[in-house]
Amino acid sequence: MKRETRNKTQEWLVSFPSLFWLALFFVMPTAFVLAVALRPSNPYGGIGAGWTLENLRRLADPNYLIIAWRTIWISVLITFICILLAIPIGYYLARVTPKWRNFFLMLVIIPFWTNFLIRIFAWKVLLHPEGLIKRLLVFLGMAAPQTSLLYNPAAVVLVSVYTFLPFTILPIYAAADKFDFTLVEAARDLGARSFQAFYKIFLPGIRRGLFTAVLFVFIPSLGSYIIPDIVGGPTSEMIGNKIAQRVFVDRNLPQASALSVILTLSVLAPLIAVLFLQGKKEKPGAIF
Amino acid sequence: MAEFLEFQNVSKYFGAIKAVDQVSLEIKKGEFFSLLGPSGCGKTTMLRLVAGFEHPNAGRILLDGEDITDLPPNKRKVNTIFQSYALFPHMTVWENIAFGLRIAKKSKNEIKREVEAMLHLIRMTDQAPKRPDQLSGGQKQRVAVARALINKPQVLLLDEPLAALDLKLRQRMLIEIDMIHDEVGITFLYVTHDQGEAMSLSDRIAVMDLGRIEQVGIPAEIYETPRTSFVAAFIGDTNFLEGEVTDLVDNEYCHLKIAGFSGIICFNDKSIRLGNPVYLSIRPEKIHISRDRPEELPLRNILPAVVEDVIYLGSTTKYWVRAQELRIQILRQHFRFFLDEKPIRWKDDVWIWWHGDDGFMLERYREVDENLISIPPQKVGESNENNEKS
Repeated sequence: MKRETRNKTQEWLVSFPSLFWLALFFVMPTAFVLAVALRPSNPYGGIGAGWTLENLRRLADPNYLIIAWRTIWISVLITFICILLAIPIGYYLARVTPKWRNFFLMLVIIPFWTNFLIRIFAWKVLLHPEGLIKRLLVFLGMAAPQTSLLYNPAAVVLVSVYTFLPFTILPIYAAADKFDFTLVEAARDLGARSFQAFYKIFLPGIRRGLFTAVLFVFIPSLGSYIIPDIVGGPTSEMIGNKIAQRVFVDRNLPQASALSVILTLSVLAPLIAVLFLQGKKEKPGAIF
Repeated sequence: MAEFLEFQNVSKYFGAIKAVDQVSLEIKKGEFFSLLGPSGCGKTTMLRLVAGFEHPNAGRILLDGEDITDLPPNKRKVNTIFQSYALFPHMTVWENIAFGLRIAKKSKNEIKREVEAMLHLIRMTDQAPKRPDQLSGGQKQRVAVARALINKPQVLLLDEPLAALDLKLRQRMLIEIDMIHDEVGITFLYVTHDQGEAMSLSDRIAVMDLGRIEQVGIPAEIYETPRTSFVAAFIGDTNFLEGEVTDLVDNEYCHLKIAGFSGIICFNDKSIRLGNPVYLSIRPEKIHISRDRPEELPLRNILPAVVEDVIYLGSTTKYWVRAQELRIQILRQHFRFFLDEKPIRWKDDVWIWWHGDDGFMLERYREVDENLISIPPQKVGESNENNEKS
């Protein structure tokens, strides 16, 4: 018992610097944003005096709900596609000989050497009505000449998947690399077909990597702003775009803050719930 | 009993390496069969070929008359106990054991009954809700055994299952594995590099080297009448004395000339011809050592020697002596604590002798055996249980 309390104290001491950092640069700014959301705006683009719930009330506007719903389903779709692509890639990277592994990892990382914005603009060029992909699709008869590949949700999903895929591949690869593939052999030995061994043994074995990967894609997707701004159109506006509009066009900081608070909470709530559930489950079966 | 698990000219290559090289082997039903050899000899590949994790480049593997060569692992009625146990870390002991039955879509009641019977067999009923990382090495091993046995395999494959355990636990698990084999009565194929394990557990042993089987036989046969110098050197310790046949005494015995000693008598079952270079192999425990000259008897070889090293090993003492240029190791059991005899010490002049039947002649060994034969004297404290088996 005594040892346990000492361990607890040590834990606190060790995690204090990072807690302090988080408090200073995450909790406090979030609190500021929350505070601003409760203030009225003034006509000069600043923050008015007094307190109001008006900004939060205005969020019930059906327009916002449509955009919130769109943000969620686009983010879920992006996450789903990324994970679906990253699992086989991560699996393959963990199984291939080190020489090839390093080569493929390089391929995964190389895009980071180019500026993010430039890469998004490159996609705009590729998807442009006169662009390579469009012409190829028309040539192959897979798209009508008048369809647009740009400025729709599909373009946002495509470019987001391209952008976030490395962030899913890397944690899944890291988990798969540590995974003991004898376990898959053991499952096969006990009668499991390859696919059964894959989803009953391999997937649970890399669940931490999967979880990290999901967070790495889902959270930035929810707050995504540049991608829908550049390759998206009116039908693919996301919350991020709305927040930007409130700040830069309407010069209404309190309204933008209210939207941000909702976004932060909707990211934090499921995250905390999952962490809590996981922590409960991971606790070893009572022998202390 | 007919052969049950059969290798027919099986070969498996990894690139240029011949892991298994044209092996033919027959294992009987219910037998405890060991594959014994140094690391890299192909014994684990043999096991993986039976399990279905590797596909042979040539040859067939038959189980109970059925050709299983092309079957995937999940279609073979064999189960494996892995060296690392490979317990599923995200499942409890109970779920680990139940895995095979769940995959086979057995009814809930049947699974419950079978798993509980297994838990009882391995005496771990109260550990069922634990996860593998909360178990000790011995417990993990027992769970691995239960998980493999619950599928009622026709052959249980064991891949160095004791290698990860400490000595005491190893000895206990050895007895446990033996008991489980008696209880379930199925065929065990046991892979090990530890001759002590193989000797004490097996009905028969196949000694492997460089992807080939050197000798198959019951443990005593392997130890007492090794067919090749590799087997003689790998199983237990032995002295290799280089010599040549000078004359035949009769049909059974011949005389050898070894170093400066001529007229050394040896049993000759190989009908080796005169003048043939041979190696005389004598187990260290078969040689006697004394300060007094022993009585001359027919078939007894007596040589003068000087003690160069005395290594006390507890229940035994190992002597390294020099007889002319021959360096010979001798192992003596302590029957009493040298009460009535003066202990033999370093640099003492002694007599060594052995019976002509206790040495056996081997053909010239291959070059690869050279390092095995010229093993340096054992250091004090190195385990040497194998010599107690004689």
